[in-house]
Parts: sequence; C-alpha cells; structure tokens
Amino acid sequence: MYDFLYHKVNSVDDAVAAMGNADDGKFVAGGQTMLPTMKHRLASPSDVIDLGGVSDLVGIANEGDALVIGAMTTHAAVAASAEVQSAIPALAKLAGNIGDPAVRNRGTLGGSIANNDPAADYPAAVIALGATVKTNKREITGDDFFTGMFETALEEDELITAVSFPIPMTAAYIKFENPASRYAIVGVFIAKTVDGNRVAITGATPCAYRGMKFEKVLNEDFSSNACDAVEVSVDRMNSDIHASAEYRAHLVKVMVKRAVDACG
Amino acid sequence: MPIVNINVNGKLVSAEVEGRTLLVQFLRENLRLTGTHVGCDTSQCGACVVHVDGKSVKACTMLAVMADACEVTTIEGLANNGSMHPMQQAFMDNHGLQCGFCTPGMVMTALDIVNRNGNDLDDSTVRKELEGNICRCTGYHNIVKSVKAGAKTMGE
Repeated sequence: MYDFLYHKVNSVDDAVAAMGNADDGKFVAGGQTMLPTMKHRLASPSDVIDLGGVSDLVGIANEGDALVIGAMTTHAAVAASAEVQSAIPALAKLAGNIGDPAVRNRGTLGGSIANNDPAADYPAAVIALGATVKTNKREITGDDFFTGMFETALEEDELITAVSFPIPMTAAYIKFENPASRYAIVGVFIAKTVDGNRVAITGATPCAYRGMKFEKVLNEDFSSNACDAVEVSVDRMNSDIHASAEYRAHLVKVMVKRAVDACG
Repeated sequence: MPIVNINVNGKLVSAEVEGRTLLVQFLRENLRLTGTHVGCDTSQCGACVVHVDGKSVKACTMLAVMADACEVTTIEGLANNGSMHPMQQAFMDNHGLQCGFCTPGMVMTALDIVNRNGNDLDDSTVRKELEGNICRCTGYHNIVKSVKAGAKTMGE
C-alpha cells in the first residue's frame, strides 16, 4: 500500500479535526476491509485517522426498549455480550458468524455499516430492526442510511458514534454464506415488532433493502407458506462467480422462509 | 515517522516505523521474529495469527502503529526455557502438521480457542473455530486432534 500520515486520536472531536486538516483523509475502525482495500491500491488516502483509541465509541448498553452499541464495538464483543444475547439473540448470532474469530476480534459495527459492502451482514440487521445510526452530527434512520453499493448517507467528516437497535418481540437472521469468506450470498433478517414485521435482505442486490412485499404478506399471515405468493424480480440482483442473478432471486425467497420459521 | 512501543513476548520494543508497516512486517523484518508467517496476505489463511492484548488477530491486516502500547505474543513467545508449550507439544505428538507453514497460526488460534471455550473441546467447536486458518496438507483431521489434546493438557 502507499504510505500515508497516521493519526492516533482519543476523542471524536480530535478525529473530526484531523479529518478537517487532511487532503484526502479516511477514518479507520478495525481495518478489516480498509487495509486489504489499501493493499490493493483501491484506496490510497493521504491521512489515516485511527479510531482505535476512542474509548467513548466502545460499549453496549440496554436502554430498556433499545440496545445501544458503540461504533467501535467489535463483532466478537457483540457476539459474546450477555446483554445482546438476551435482548436480541439474532444480533449476537449475526455478529458471531461474520468472517472468522481473528477478523471478529478487530472488525467493528461502525466500520461494517460505514463501508456498506453489498454482502455484509450488519446492514440487514440495521434495516430490519428499524435501528437509528447516531453520528457526531445527527441521527439517521436505518432506512435512510444505506444509499447504494459502498455508499451511505454519511458526509466526509461525519463519524458514526453508535447504533441504537430497538428490541423486537422476536427476530432471526439466516444467511446463505460463501463457505470461504462467510460473506452473505443472500442474508435475510426478519424482526417481529409491535408495529408489524420488518424484512431486510442483504447480499442479493447492490445495497441491502427492505422486502416490502414480504412484509405485506407476513403482516397478514406470519408463515413461510404465505411467502410463496411473493415474486422476487431478478432485475436488480447481483450476479457473480458465486451465484447468478436468477439463483440469488431464488435464494431470497428461500432465506425469507427459513427466517420466518426461525422466528417461531 | 511514528514511533511504536510494543511489548513483544515480554520484551519492550521501541522503533520508528512507516504508517503503512503491517504488524506482520514489523515482527518479521524489524524484529526478525520469522515464526509468524505470511501466507495469503489477504486475511484469509491465518498463517500470520498472533495475539494482541490476549486476542487473536491477523497480523497481515493490522498496522504496526495500531499495536502501539499493546502486548503482542507470537509463536516464539510460547516455549518456556526451551521446553515447548503444551499446545506445541500436542501438534508434535499428534502429527498435527505436514509442511508446517500454517502451524504457527494454527497454534496461536488454538490458544485463543482454549481461552474462550475452555479445555474440554469437541470436534465441531474446534472445526468451526478454525475457519480462519487454512492448511493445504493435513486435511485438518490431526490438527483438530492436536487442538483437543493440547487444550486438555493445558487444563491439567
């Protein structure tokens, strides 16, 4: 990778200030995607601002109706958290199946959603649970946060501080994973809430999305059989060496049905 | 250039490094601790696994500067006065390696497995936990046996 100016910061304010002074700066969280991207020279920032020392961004708190997880909390910490396991077990399970143990010890919630890889797991949870992404400037709803492939609503100098996940009645995440990378070829998160059912799909299209058609039929009849009535269009589906667009469209319905069954 | 202070295998090391220096490069090229291997250099194979503050990480996907003020343990830090760590001994006793390239990463990951899952491990736990370490020789069977045996000895 090309060299860069390295900045270690201890606070969100210092991080934002360092970004303001940089020509073409990048925040780095756990670096599990960013460092490989820089090695490939797909990114070559002038300045790298390391959030690893910002302790305010780490932690998990149960606020009664929501779990608030700091942006720099690692996947391993979310997976192992008794708080998450009891309030939203599907979220702990999702975090525990990202990558592999060493990657989970470095990779973070904030890094994952800021990167918004089309095959990442967390975006499905953020959308389906109706989470709120908190930044140093504002609060963004999960529905508005993910805007396209590797694109989010974040501005250049905007930093995720935490994500607030409302606690559902029940939820499940099922993914058909790439056996080598554990990325989702198709992943489906379903949350049953007092306001209805929410379905989010990742891996299938350039950006995770809400499965509104599935939500409609599931709000009338929460059963996997009811999902048979939904047609999944192949038009927007990703197609690559791992799965064709037609196969992904097929998998979407299969994974939704499995997630419905897993909700019990 | 940034200066890092890292406790490596119990010894404090201070050095000036480029921001882009990977932890694995620092260990191998600056400190000549060549037990930590570079296999894929893309965070998939696990040959470079070391412990940072007691947790397994892929040293090819962490900058040396990120380990500043941390405690790093590499494969060289396991033996005690010339006698192998029980997990190393278990790999030897159970023929848990053929070419040996993946072994340092396997042993460091094995210790992380024991730290989180205890000393009485079953096959499926070990196999799932080893998903980030690739071996192209053994077919994994004897590696799984080694990890279980090493874990057991460590508990005695």
